[in-house]
Amino acid sequence: MASILKVDSLCKNFGGLKAVNNVSFTVEKGGLVGLIGPNGAGKTTIFNLVTGHYEPTSGQVLFEDKSLVGVSPSAITRRGVARTFQNIRLFGELSVLDNVRIAFHCRVGYSLVDSVFRLPAFQHEERKLTEQAQMLLEMFNLGDKQDEKAGSLPYGEQRRLEIARALATKPQLLLLDEPAAGMNPSEIHTLLDMIRFIRKRFDLSILLIEHQMRVVMGVCERIFVMDFGEILAEGTPGEIQSNPKVIEAYLGKGVA
Amino acid sequence: MRSRETTALGVAIVGAIIIEVLMKLGVINPYWELIIQYACILTIATLGLNMIYGFNGQFSLGHVAFYGLGAYASAIVTKAWTGDNPLGFLAAIIVGGLVAAIVGFLIGLPILRLGSDYLGIATLGFGYIVKVTFDNADAWIPMMGGSRGMTGIVKMTSWPWVAVAAILAVVIMRNVVYSSHGRAVLSVRENEIAASAMGIDIARYKTVAFVMGCFYAGIAGALYAHLYSFLHPSNFDFLKSVDMLLIVVLGGLGSMSGTIMAALGWTFLLEGLRVILPPEILDFRFVIYPLLLIIAMLLRPKGLFGGMEWSFLRAPKVEKRAHGVNTES
Amino acid sequence: MVDLSYLAQQVINGLQLGFVYALIALGYTMVYGIIRLINFAHGDIFMIGAYVGFFSYSVLHWDFLPGILFSMVVCVIVAVIIERLAYKPLRNAPRIAALITAIGVSMFLEYFTSLKFVFGPNPRQFPRPFEVVTWQIGGINVNSIQLIILVVTLAMLALLQFVVYRTKMGMAMRGVSFDFDTAKLMGINVDVVVSFTFALGSALAGAGGILFAIAYPQVQPFMGIMPGLKAFVAAVLGGIGIIPGALLGALIMGQAEVLTAAFVSTTWKDAVAFAILIIVLMVKPTGLLGKRGTDKV
Repeated sequence: MASILKVDSLCKNFGGLKAVNNVSFTVEKGGLVGLIGPNGAGKTTIFNLVTGHYEPTSGQVLFEDKSLVGVSPSAITRRGVARTFQNIRLFGELSVLDNVRIAFHCRVGYSLVDSVFRLPAFQHEERKLTEQAQMLLEMFNLGDKQDEKAGSLPYGEQRRLEIARALATKPQLLLLDEPAAGMNPSEIHTLLDMIRFIRKRFDLSILLIEHQMRVVMGVCERIFVMDFGEILAEGTPGEIQSNPKVIEAYLGKGVA
Repeated sequence: MRSRETTALGVAIVGAIIIEVLMKLGVINPYWELIIQYACILTIATLGLNMIYGFNGQFSLGHVAFYGLGAYASAIVTKAWTGDNPLGFLAAIIVGGLVAAIVGFLIGLPILRLGSDYLGIATLGFGYIVKVTFDNADAWIPMMGGSRGMTGIVKMTSWPWVAVAAILAVVIMRNVVYSSHGRAVLSVRENEIAASAMGIDIARYKTVAFVMGCFYAGIAGALYAHLYSFLHPSNFDFLKSVDMLLIVVLGGLGSMSGTIMAALGWTFLLEGLRVILPPEILDFRFVIYPLLLIIAMLLRPKGLFGGMEWSFLRAPKVEKRAHGVNTES
Repeated sequence: MVDLSYLAQQVINGLQLGFVYALIALGYTMVYGIIRLINFAHGDIFMIGAYVGFFSYSVLHWDFLPGILFSMVVCVIVAVIIERLAYKPLRNAPRIAALITAIGVSMFLEYFTSLKFVFGPNPRQFPRPFEVVTWQIGGINVNSIQLIILVVTLAMLALLQFVVYRTKMGMAMRGVSFDFDTAKLMGINVDVVVSFTFALGSALAGAGGILFAIAYPQVQPFMGIMPGLKAFVAAVLGGIGIIPGALLGALIMGQAEVLTAAFVSTTWKDAVAFAILIIVLMVKPTGLLGKRGTDKV
């Protein structure tokens, strides 16, 4: 399979509103693809359709050539699709370490009974997953904060934690929803380095939503531009940058 | 290592033995014997509700129904079959827990997917239906006595039974909470959407927490039935569910220590007021304790323990990694 | 074979009960709509209304109308005091804290009323402040109590409709229940709006208390628990936070209760109402008239 994710003629209506209107695109295995567009273009809706949080009105979503439509979000994650959220959705009252450890749960093998009686299976796996969680935190420079409440972290660290947590589910495909939101230029620079790093380190395919051009241009290999629920244009960063329709969508008519 | 837990366990066991001795010596009079046992039974039941609401975030206003189911089911077992046989009593207790758990599972299937306030109403309604069923049960099972109550239950519960059950309840709850399954339960409370995105099967873990909580209530009910030897449906009405909810919230949602303290404190406060207040103003205690409740909520809205735990019930400390070396305590 | 006139009689009785439940349910639904609080003490406001009526009619020997108005006024005062002292401070606390406080207030009102130097725990006979007249219409008995209940309830509903949809305060109420924080930013004094909502709901509940006590002429300190619970279920059944929903739900609850008592058995009448609720919630989780909100993911 050349494409790890294939979205085909996807539609999603909310009452009379066509949030996503006949969208098709693919992400190749190992690719780093950007999905950009003005606010309200339907980008996050696409994510929610892929991850199973919304059901499509029509159309198809194929992950590794298998349909995701009708599959529950947790099952989709177990198949290998992970995501972060536009509005941070950490487990605020739980510790930083536990936030990541929870994401390992779907790969855990021990049962409730093992937990109750603290059997060897529990001890062994719990130690292993804790170690892996800690290693992941260190990679994101959060190792020292492992015992702090996730909700008390500064904003930038919360965003990093969200990504670390998503990686703990051991995905093949990672969906990042506006990872650069609220970041200053130097933080964005670090973020882009981190995205390139994790893609190589974890052998990931990445689909990234952003509406800041600078972020997407810096790191994506291919870009799809959306507006009003439809794909407006696609191509390499260079092609997109000079595409008049794209400029018009962002800045309005008469400026292109 | 796990020394503080082992110490605490040791202290609990020794304490239980001391109480047993004091009871046998008559230092603790029969009236307070009942109260102490009842307080621990209530603790087990409310620990169950704390699992459902405190840890899993599912607002259940019908918890007492499962307490009642455990009570009646176990009473039927001893009254109809096992009599005063201790092993039979053990079986009856387990049956009580299982009946409550199974009913919890069945009603949970349709209603757990409702959001919090609606779940509260649905469980309230279910609790009410169960109570009315108890009122009319003698039409099918005459020995249950219906609205006349069920009498003649063998008085099997004694302090050793209660103490062992309570200690086991706490240890098992702790072991479940501090495991990956426990964390999955917590994640549902914290953020359902994120939890499902992290691969947690929400429906499954709501059910796990609910069934476990109902099991605890059933066990507690079984011990209760064989403590007072008499069951009446009015013991299992909505107001009783409210009492249990109050305890869990007052203690601090999601704190086992808080639940334990609140359950014990609540029972002893009610009894204490009965002893302290002179007879003329005895009725005032029912006005005092809601006032205390209101004040407590106004002063400490997060509950007395507000998410904290006693040291031996806290999460096991995980040592920070030091370059490739990892030690867990 | 069902005796049609018996059925019709029961339907009328069900309407009588349903309208009284509606008066209580409206208060629940309005308060929930505005601050997402299940005001467990609301049923006890109903009880207070009944007791004030008991006092007005049997001690002060007032007429029907002044009595009911006085009840409403007292209920409004009590409710606003409770809201200011016990609920307002917890507006930014976790919601369960306000709920528990409401439970505490409820218990306090019940036990305070049952204290010996207040009204005592025993039931009291409620004096009817007017002559009961019964008419026969085609084999069915309709009495003046039912007529009065119908008239008063409809008058209250009309008044409510007017206030909510044709006054500035009503518009503010709708704004605040739609989005609390934005309403604040728009310059609406939310504290006043919330208190007003409590006042309005409690006035209705107070009136409901009097009507209930006239129809079923006994008052006791815990009389508000079951009707309050059922009215709350009615509000949820119809769609919590939606005013017409409260009326619809209440009428359904009233019918279900009376018809079950008449044709099945009195012991199951309450359970049936709850069973209906659970079934409705399974099928339409937001209630009969409720709208589905989608979670923003």
